[in-house]
Amino acid sequence: MIAFASFADFLAMGGHGAYVWGGYGLCLALLALNVVLPLLARRRYLNDLARSRRREALP
Amino acid sequence: MNWTWLHKWGSPKLFYVMSGRCLPWLAFASALLLVIGLSWGLAFAPPDYQQGDSFRIMYIHVPAALLAQSIYVMLATAGVIGAIWKMKLADVALQQAAPIGAWMTFIALSTGAIWGKPTWGTYWVWDARLTSMLILLFLYLGVIALGQAITNRDSAARACAVLAVVGVVNIPIIKYSVEWWNTLHQPASFSLTRAPAMPAQMWLPLLLAVLGFYCFFGAVLFARMRLEVLRREAGSRWADAEIARLLEDRS
Repeated sequence: MIAFASFADFLAMGGHGAYVWGGYGLCLALLALNVVLPLLARRRYLNDLARSRRREALP
Repeated sequence: MNWTWLHKWGSPKLFYVMSGRCLPWLAFASALLLVIGLSWGLAFAPPDYQQGDSFRIMYIHVPAALLAQSIYVMLATAGVIGAIWKMKLADVALQQAAPIGAWMTFIALSTGAIWGKPTWGTYWVWDARLTSMLILLFLYLGVIALGQAITNRDSAARACAVLAVVGVVNIPIIKYSVEWWNTLHQPASFSLTRAPAMPAQMWLPLLLAVLGFYCFFGAVLFARMRLEVLRREAGSRWADAEIARLLEDRS
């Protein structure tokens, strides 16, 4: 069963809305950062490789 | 005893192939467990009889804190394996797990501070549990800094392994801090040996969230390690073939 009577109650979290939602928002943002950083590093590595290979291929 | 199996499984190429197969499943399991566990904890679990709804921060705070300690034990284990069997993959695992562990410690500390304000009336207090977790964060930052500051790869691996193994003494201090000292932080609510003193509606979502965080760690660690293995093995035939394939896919 849903623990809240209305959506407004859900957002309010019994008066602790700012803490609960702030905590979850921070946590999810940091988890997302942990996913994005390795993906960006991988793309940068492949970009660098592609660039140096193009340079080597020049006459 | 015959240790050839260990070296076989420590081969970078075998790791690269096997981790590539596991990664999508880990990522999928992690997303599923986190979505179910966290939405269950946020909307369906009954409110706590003392704390009301602020206790819902538990569903992110406890998994992050557990994982932060597990990752450090993994760092020390990888350090021992790398030192004894000279396995390069253990060093890759140690260095790539450290930043994830540091972020998990940071999540545990910051969500704990946010939870502390409505519950204790303060964001921070220098009690034994909070202080030993802060020391864990500094240990992680130390391992990361050592790995980046030492340019010789073998020296860096040895220095990180030593720090990881020495620092593991902090883990039992974190665990028993709430029993040895009079802390504001509450003692553990869960144990492997007795049933939890709360309804299943409350602890089941926590179990799912914990599993989701561990799968998340597995997926991110594999992604990080695969890039590092590719970097280190570039020049060998299999790695160059894989890099050529990746560059082909991009264009």
